[in-house]
Amino acid sequence: MYTFSNKLKTFSFLLIILGVIGIAYGFLTAPKTVQDVELILAEQHHDGHGSHDEAHVTTDSHAVGDSHAEVAAHDEAHQKHLEHVLHQLQNKPWAAVYVAAIFFMFIALGIFTFNQIQYAASAGWSPVLFRVMEALSAYLLPGSIIFFILLVASSMHLNHMFVWMADGVTDPTSPNYDFIIAGKAAYLNIPFFLIRAVIFLAGWNIFRMLSRKNSIALDETGDLTYYKKNFKLAATYLVFFIVSESIMSWDWIMSIDAHWYSTLFGWYVFASFFVSGITVIALATIYLKSQGYLDFVNKSHIHDLAKFMFGISIFWTYLWFSQFMLMWYANIPEEVTYYIFRIKEYNLPFFGMLVLNFLLPVLLLINTDFKRLSWIIVMTGICILVGHYLDFYNMIMPGTVGASWYIGVTEIGAILLFAGLFIYFGFKALAKTPLLVKNNPMVEESKHFHY
Amino acid sequence: MSTKVIHALYNDDDVLMDAVKTTRAAHHHIEEVYTPFPVHGLDKALGLAPTRLAICAFIYGLCGLGFATFMMNYIMIQDWPQDIGGKPSFSYIQNMPAFVPVMFEMTVFFAAHLMVITFFLRSRLWPFKAAENPDVRTTDDHFLMEVSLHGNEEDAVAFFKNTGAVEVKVIDKH
Repeated sequence: MYTFSNKLKTFSFLLIILGVIGIAYGFLTAPKTVQDVELILAEQHHDGHGSHDEAHVTTDSHAVGDSHAEVAAHDEAHQKHLEHVLHQLQNKPWAAVYVAAIFFMFIALGIFTFNQIQYAASAGWSPVLFRVMEALSAYLLPGSIIFFILLVASSMHLNHMFVWMADGVTDPTSPNYDFIIAGKAAYLNIPFFLIRAVIFLAGWNIFRMLSRKNSIALDETGDLTYYKKNFKLAATYLVFFIVSESIMSWDWIMSIDAHWYSTLFGWYVFASFFVSGITVIALATIYLKSQGYLDFVNKSHIHDLAKFMFGISIFWTYLWFSQFMLMWYANIPEEVTYYIFRIKEYNLPFFGMLVLNFLLPVLLLINTDFKRLSWIIVMTGICILVGHYLDFYNMIMPGTVGASWYIGVTEIGAILLFAGLFIYFGFKALAKTPLLVKNNPMVEESKHFHY
Repeated sequence: MSTKVIHALYNDDDVLMDAVKTTRAAHHHIEEVYTPFPVHGLDKALGLAPTRLAICAFIYGLCGLGFATFMMNYIMIQDWPQDIGGKPSFSYIQNMPAFVPVMFEMTVFFAAHLMVITFFLRSRLWPFKAAENPDVRTTDDHFLMEVSLHGNEEDAVAFFKNTGAVEVKVIDKH
């Protein structure tokens, strides 16, 4: 039986408090009016920051012709630019919270999906880790609630993260009219969007609760029908998951760039959070083992998790490259703007995540002996988690804050808040049941698993 | 000079594993073990050094990657940098996404083929090679342990009979 140590509990509370402070700071310092933005830009102008200068140069170049029209045109362009930047800066704290919220919710979802794959595949090595997976995916429920609140907040126009939610985009008489988005309105409209979100989030959580309930019932009664139920549940869940996962990736991530589309996007998002989930399982297992709670977990289990981290990291890279290369090669304007903007404005996070998500895991985890060393796995795991946070950052930030991105107090605060919540709910659930499943037909094999 | 070896035959891999352990514990030198299929853990029981084939494969893979990079950089960028459909042939990095499929395949090709060839060379396998099988039954359902004989022949035979061998032979090896 695991007891949630006071130290860890305090630590998670500390993370939550620091996170809330960081986010509050972000919201309080966000500019409220165009005048605020003008001040900020003037300051940046003084410091000579790149992208805004460029924007000003382009507006200046409009100024050819007679002086009257010149001044008026320049003024109007300047006002438009200020408004544009104001929306970006107002979005920034929202987007920071959104990225962290979706990332940690997806980690819980990835852990649960991994757990269900182990059931459906009747894996013989992993049952000793089932309780760790079940407990860590407990964050799925609070995570989905917070995430759903964020979606509702966007739908209520509290922020401008989803351009297609803005007023008048589908109205031909409005100055905001966008005929591309109007053409997608049958799918991208707020009521349908929220209904889909409810179905997916509720679906995943119901599957998780049923699976957990059956697992505990199997422990207590030893009745194998619960095992069979969980097997069928896992198979059903995986079908539901892959459909819902694909659609939710269009809804919650791709629709931020509503003019852009990609067919393998769902897989790409899946690979990203799946590998993060496996990494979190490995890190938590190593932590619990070092505290002496998981004596039945041996080096071979850790080795297997490390192999999954290695393999799925490459799978992620394969999908990342497939998506990138197809668009780069064909160079169709409507597709390629997505990457041009990212390479131009997000160069370091965009290519930096390739180093963290591909190069380092491949070089560090290719060696069999290294895959059995805890400290190597912890280091690589941290690289993978930071890398995949950046991956979600790269997917969401360019469409919401554009060139005004910065990883500062707000972003780190949001990460701390959700990390704290994840640790709190995950380890609280871990303390509720014994750490080794009983009566699972595979558990004896799993205890003696040896690679 | 003729040396004598003992051929102890077993008909079960569990018995063989135990025999290998007792033989090593008794400090007999095991020359070779012939089995019809891979016996899990036999190499560890025999105390064989781990293979370095994977390290070779990694190095071969890097060679393949290097070769692909050199080849395409020379052909596409240095020798004749044509404009083919607007692809930027000004530097290797600018056109790299187009080269990645080749770089990947070359890496795998070099790693796989050179590793297999290394395996053949190191384990001395080639067409028309004379088989080194001491007993035809070892390719079917028997396991054979070859141990060099030092000292008393009768004692040794009795020792191997005790390890569960179905047959123990003393062979003159030239």
